Amino acid sequence: MEKFEKMTAIVAPLDRSNVDTDAIIPKQFLKSIQRSGFGPNAFDEWRYLDHGEPGMDNSQRPINPDFVLNQPRYQGAHILLTRKNFGCGSSREHAPWALLDYGFKVIIAPSFADIFFNNCFKNGILPIVLDEAKVDQLFKEVEASEGYQLTVDLSAQLITTASGEAIAFEVDAFRKHCLLNGLDDIGLTLQHVDAIKAYETRRQAEAPWLFS
Amino acid sequence: MAGKTLYDKLWDAHVVRCDDNDTCLIYIDRHLVHEVTSPQAFEGLRLAGRKPWRVDSVVATPDHNVPTTGQSAGVAGIADPIARIQVATLEQNVHEFGITFFPMNDPRQGIVHVVGPEEGATLPGMTVVCGDSHTSTHGAFGALAHGIGTSEVEHVLATQCLVQKKMKNMLVSVDGPVGPGVTAKDIVLAIIGRIGTAGGTGHAIEFGGQAIRDLSVEGRMTVCNMAIEAGARAGMVAVDEKTIDYFRGRPFAPKGELWEQAAAAWQELVSDSDASFDTVVRIDAASIQPQVTWGTSPEMVVAITDTVPDPASESDEVKADGMRRALEYMGLDAGMNISDIPVDKVFIGSCTNSRIEDLREAAAVAKGRTVAATVKQALVVPGSGLVKKQAEEEGLDKIFTEAGFEWREPGCSMCLAMNADRLEAGERCASTSNRNFEGRQGQGGRTHLVSPAMAAAAAIKGHFTDVRELQNI
Ligand code: SF4
Repeated sequence: MEKFEKMTAIVAPLDRSNVDTDAIIPKQFLKSIQRSGFGPNAFDEWRYLDHGEPGMDNSQRPINPDFVLNQPRYQGAHILLTRKNFGCGSSREHAPWALLDYGFKVIIAPSFADIFFNNCFKNGILPIVLDEAKVDQLFKEVEASEGYQLTVDLSAQLITTASGEAIAFEVDAFRKHCLLNGLDDIGLTLQHVDAIKAYETRRQAEAPWLFS
Repeated sequence: MAGKTLYDKLWDAHVVRCDDNDTCLIYIDRHLVHEVTSPQAFEGLRLAGRKPWRVDSVVATPDHNVPTTGQSAGVAGIADPIARIQVATLEQNVHEFGITFFPMNDPRQGIVHVVGPEEGATLPGMTVVCGDSHTSTHGAFGALAHGIGTSEVEHVLATQCLVQKKMKNMLVSVDGPVGPGVTAKDIVLAIIGRIGTAGGTGHAIEFGGQAIRDLSVEGRMTVCNMAIEAGARAGMVAVDEKTIDYFRGRPFAPKGELWEQAAAAWQELVSDSDASFDTVVRIDAASIQPQVTWGTSPEMVVAITDTVPDPASESDEVKADGMRRALEYMGLDAGMNISDIPVDKVFIGSCTNSRIEDLREAAAVAKGRTVAATVKQALVVPGSGLVKKQAEEEGLDKIFTEAGFEWREPGCSMCLAMNADRLEAGERCASTSNRNFEGRQGQGGRTHLVSPAMAAAAAIKGHFTDVRELQNI
């Protein structure tokens, strides 16, 4: 997992509540053999006017011009601003994979579905919970000015707006540590390389046939 | 100090470290890999620039997606393009990382849970994992074997360890000998019927008692295979002489001096006589009859001599509701004789029952008889290329084909219908596999789980039949 660095990026507003994981990545794409490459099919049913299937050339498909992420002003966004209960429904880890592959590193919402929230941290995405009033204010600001950006500083736990307003957010200390240091479960286990190697040395003496 | 269970011993021998929450790193000795649950794990390794920690611990073979005809054409011969890509991806990954691999046209290819032990890649005292819930099969040799998810597949590849909390100990003791005509499959179905599909949740189950000791090693594999259907991630049987004999001379088994050393150590892989279990279940082996499932969960099981149960006589409303839904899906009426239920198809195969002894058992019933005209298809799918070869050397393929069965090439096949072998909606199947969930063998298909001998008997008669009648017992 990549380390989570302080970032300043364009914000895309997805003004809906209860966006479920089937909407984030429809089920026909789960047949894929990869963890990456889901980005072009993130929000597939909203983003394109036809029905998507794996293996299609997405660049040839008819785009839905009304869908917010298709608007030119939000291209290159790395921060997603959305409404309550984001990521509800099926537990598929393909949902955070798709958002990350699309380019989102931060998702701001008043609340998240539980499993999705956990899956985000496993995949290097920072989900931030802000109160509804604050989220509302950000929606207004994003819509009012094209090219609107936010700065997200995880180590200081601060979001800074273009006008210089600082908004503090909460994050679990352990998860913060993992994101900042790019530690996934594997990364954490690899902190115990010495213990694993010591085990192997001891075990090899006891049961050499397991290593032959 | 109280003695240790087999599970305690296996656990203790593999703990690398534990944190304050009793979350431990467990060292993994053998990692089996197939095409469906591994692609994202390999992709993850690549993205992170990692390599397998111990590439010699990994053995891979495709099984879920492979067709059971025309395998000599290899990957290119797979008609379904998505399946073809999945198998081709496994081939690319094993070549890139240098993993031991049995490809489609290698005689050693087959269902991963048949291939591992057959090659001696699974050994007593090992920890074994695979991205597949039926990894519990490998516990039959006194190994600690779990199914794992895709993230864990990557974790084990990268670190050789699994993050685990210790489970509770459960003993299922099947006391006394079983009657004639009763097989390992009947024993495990009867156990699940008794304790339920959640009965073993949170536990590692050790199967013991005379009926289990009497089983061959392959029969014990059938029992441990379905530990997961009893809710337990791991099932196991203590090591004895049969276990040790089974591994002598297998390709991956230790040789010479190392063999002597290993065989001596394996003798210790039994629960101490003063060990205590958190849960103990005792079953009288003599009470077990040949079993047939009637519903859509493996716990919905009765003896062949019984009738389809009546939801009206179930006092628990939730259960009664589940029974009604199952009967509707299965197209059965309460009270009908199990032996009056006709079958459309018969499937002899899967990691539960596709080894040589299973095929011998089924062939003994089929010999000199003919599949009933009302049966549309009766498939025999050996668990591996080597099982197939052995069966052909014994002439079993001839017995089957002369009786009207189709003799196929190895793979998971109609166990989960990911390849072309499947039930059509409404078709009823006598199957030696392990799951009778709705749609498992094809959308709308109806599965009845039975032993290989009972499946062969159903094929011959066209309906479920007490195989003991055909065996003159
Ligand atoms: S035979 Fe069936 S249960 Fe066994 S591994 Fe294959 S699909 Fe899974």
